[in-house]
Amino acid sequence: MDTNAVYQKPTDEEIKTLLNEKFEGKVNVTKIETRRVYATVPRELIHQVCEYIHDNLTFEHISTVIGVDMIDNLRVVYHIDNYFNGCVIELTVDIPNDDPHVASISDIWVGGNWHERETYELFGIIFDGHPHLARLLTPDTYEFYPFRKSYKLRGQE
Amino acid sequence: MARDLMDIRAETDELTTDKMWVIMGPQHPFSHGLWTLKVELDGELVTDAEPIVGYLHRGWEKECENRSYAKIVPMADRLCYAASMTYSHLYCMTVEKALGLEVPEKAQYIRVVADEICRISSHLMWLAAVGTDLGNLTVFLWCMREREYWMDLFVRLCGARMTTNYPRIGGVRNDITELFDRDVDRCVQHFEKALWDIIALIDDSSIFLSRMKGTGILTCEQCVNLGITGPAMRGNGVDFDIRRDDPYEAYDKIDFEVPVLNDGDSYSRYMVRVEELFQSCKIITRAMQKIRAIGKNAPYRYKAPTNVPAGTAMCRLEDPRGESLMYLVADGSGKPYRLKVRSPIFTNVSASKPLVVGSRIADVPVIMAMIDMCLGETDR
Amino acid sequence: MAYSSILDWISFSDIMSNPWYPFAGDYNLPFDISYKLWEIIGGGLAWLINLILPGNPVSTWLISDGVCVGGGLIIFMIVIFLVVFIGTLLSLWEERKVLGRVMDRRGTMIGMKGFLQCVADGVKTFMKENTIPKKVDMMTYMWTVSLVVGVSVLIACMIPLSDRWFVVNYDTGLLIIMAFFALAPFFILVSGWAQNNKYSLIGGMRAAELMISYEVPMLIMIGTASLLAGTLNIGDIVAAQRDIWYIIPMFIGFITFLFCATAEAERVPFDIAEAEAELVEGWQTEYAGMKWGLIMLADYFRGYVSCAMVTILFLGGWNIPFVSDSVNNFLPEIVFLLKTWFVFFLMIMIRGALARVRTDQIVNIGWKVFMPLSVINFVIVLLLKVGGIY
Repeated sequence: MDTNAVYQKPTDEEIKTLLNEKFEGKVNVTKIETRRVYATVPRELIHQVCEYIHDNLTFEHISTVIGVDMIDNLRVVYHIDNYFNGCVIELTVDIPNDDPHVASISDIWVGGNWHERETYELFGIIFDGHPHLARLLTPDTYEFYPFRKSYKLRGQE
Repeated sequence: MARDLMDIRAETDELTTDKMWVIMGPQHPFSHGLWTLKVELDGELVTDAEPIVGYLHRGWEKECENRSYAKIVPMADRLCYAASMTYSHLYCMTVEKALGLEVPEKAQYIRVVADEICRISSHLMWLAAVGTDLGNLTVFLWCMREREYWMDLFVRLCGARMTTNYPRIGGVRNDITELFDRDVDRCVQHFEKALWDIIALIDDSSIFLSRMKGTGILTCEQCVNLGITGPAMRGNGVDFDIRRDDPYEAYDKIDFEVPVLNDGDSYSRYMVRVEELFQSCKIITRAMQKIRAIGKNAPYRYKAPTNVPAGTAMCRLEDPRGESLMYLVADGSGKPYRLKVRSPIFTNVSASKPLVVGSRIADVPVIMAMIDMCLGETDR
Repeated sequence: MAYSSILDWISFSDIMSNPWYPFAGDYNLPFDISYKLWEIIGGGLAWLINLILPGNPVSTWLISDGVCVGGGLIIFMIVIFLVVFIGTLLSLWEERKVLGRVMDRRGTMIGMKGFLQCVADGVKTFMKENTIPKKVDMMTYMWTVSLVVGVSVLIACMIPLSDRWFVVNYDTGLLIIMAFFALAPFFILVSGWAQNNKYSLIGGMRAAELMISYEVPMLIMIGTASLLAGTLNIGDIVAAQRDIWYIIPMFIGFITFLFCATAEAERVPFDIAEAEAELVEGWQTEYAGMKWGLIMLADYFRGYVSCAMVTILFLGGWNIPFVSDSVNNFLPEIVFLLKTWFVFFLMIMIRGALARVRTDQIVNIGWKVFMPLSVINFVIVLLLKVGGIY
């Protein structure tokens, strides 16, 4: 398929082929359901993949940027929507614990701005290129990341 | 005298006028909750704005990691008091997806009905707030009066008014009661008439219209890029509704319209919500017909296991305020490993700077009223 | 020594024949009442003193003409104020009940159909803690609120209730009242500045902005009405409407003046100076307790004056049309108050139905709607006058 063309309503299969062809297998589409595409992306490629999804596959809206602490590593999950056919792409990026950096996508979708700030303050994942990466929900004085598994609540062993 | 005029001109040019930051909130009549909007004013004109949230952050997602799956249903109710039903519904949907569990058909329709009742009562709360933000208390009290009927309907359905605790993983807690069956159609018929009174009060008044028309204008592309969802987005000409375009439960079997307006100002956002009220009434009537056709003895709840197999699940639904999404990471135990809530207002309020800049301070409450703030779900 | 009865000291003399009588030939009912009250009080005092010290000069001084007028004037002030005060409280009660019914609720319910709630609220504000922010300009902060309240009470007292119930009977009475009426926005502007609060500052500025938008059309309308009557004396303007109220030739003027009066009283839809949705309470933000209670009371005094002006200029004042003079002169004060409360009822309905306008919109309405309408009204009156109908 033509990887440079603009697709307004790509089907799930098309998205899979296009992502595979464009990024030469580095983007691993793990699962396809009705109107859902699940993929894992290497950390270096996330900004390129997002740009491609936004510009060529017309995924105009970002629902969330989610941080997950998998103990062995950190994980960032993106949910990106297409408003023409209701399709959602879920991108999963694994980040090593000792280098929690990932490229910010808030220059592509401004709506991702606060989600990235939230993920930063709760998990300590640093989004490179974010315009204003400051704490949002928790006080500025916090020096820990409360949603990491290493931060225990009362009653958690 | 021309020289004198020039002198005066020069003097006034030298006069320095300062812009000032006015901090609206956290205790301010317009905020409808605890949040702050810092606005920079040049006279009455807003030149810059910065929303500040987080006063209600209570670590909801972290709390969930400490509780078994069944215990989170009532907690999900507390995310937003005005739209409690949609959040517990969304949570149950997400867990069911992770379990691979199909919900009985009857429960799907009951959830649709309950969701729409919740949407109506939430929109009425919003309409009431619009009235006070515009300086009219009559709209407020009339809307609250109508809202009581829908609250009573919730009492008929599940015994509670606001935090319903009604959906369960695998279905709903109880079948529809006889009283609910009797009252729901009466309520819809009454409401469709009563709503015209409130609309007449607002739409026939040129002051209301002049306050809403032409304020808070965004273009369609801006709106999508800023992540604004829900009625605020549909008022900007984006024809997208998760209920229709990404259907969940039984919405694909029910016929309804999605109101979309293209003006992109506060008035079109208002009109979209009012039109949604009528559409919700239609959905309730049609879903109730289906429920009655299914019959009394059909199952409404399947048994669900307490432990969820390892994996991830994502679900989204059309909240009264926009797109809400839950993402669950399960590790095979009886407690979620990570549960993330995507609140529509969290993103909508982050767009308040482009919304209010350029308007007057008197328009700020009206523009932000169209977002329909609810801080419980924003800060989580 | 002969015993002198108390009745010897209380003569109930004719007030008009008193050389000190202050109203120059016009009969004044409240002064008559207070004069007689003073005669009872002063005469009783004089009788008591005379019992103890017979033939002393103080007793005769107490019932002399001048002292009677002086004491009568003090009681006169109290009587005039009390009537206006109760009238205002009644309009406050009327607003609570009518607005409640508009909104499909009952309004206040406690004591005398809810009337005592107004009294209770007044007592409550007086008992509240008087918090004053640290950084206010104390002098202006205190003085401006006194002046706003004082001016409002003054004009409320200056409104005549009938041609026998008045304080002053100047030929320029209308102009004086309007001049005092227009003073309050200046004090509000200064007060907003003095509070050192951004909301108050914006509120004060808005009060000035509001004033420049409604004041000119309002004065044109007053000029038109006085042109029709040929006088600026309130009594004469009312007398000129004995059978045909000015609402008939000046219907456009009536509607416009009603809205201007609403703006003058700073009520919805023109209460932009205290817009609670965006400015919390506008220029009243930093006033607490008794001061805030007095400001609210002053607001209702101004509402009462606005309604009274509409009644005087357009609704025939204290006249009932097509009745004989004896009926007309029976209780004109009550007729006047009833008409005033009716106009206030219209204002309440406006408040129940409309939203607040924006600052730029009020200037637009003032200069692009009210101004042409008042000029059209003026032209109509001019044609009627030239055509010889009036």
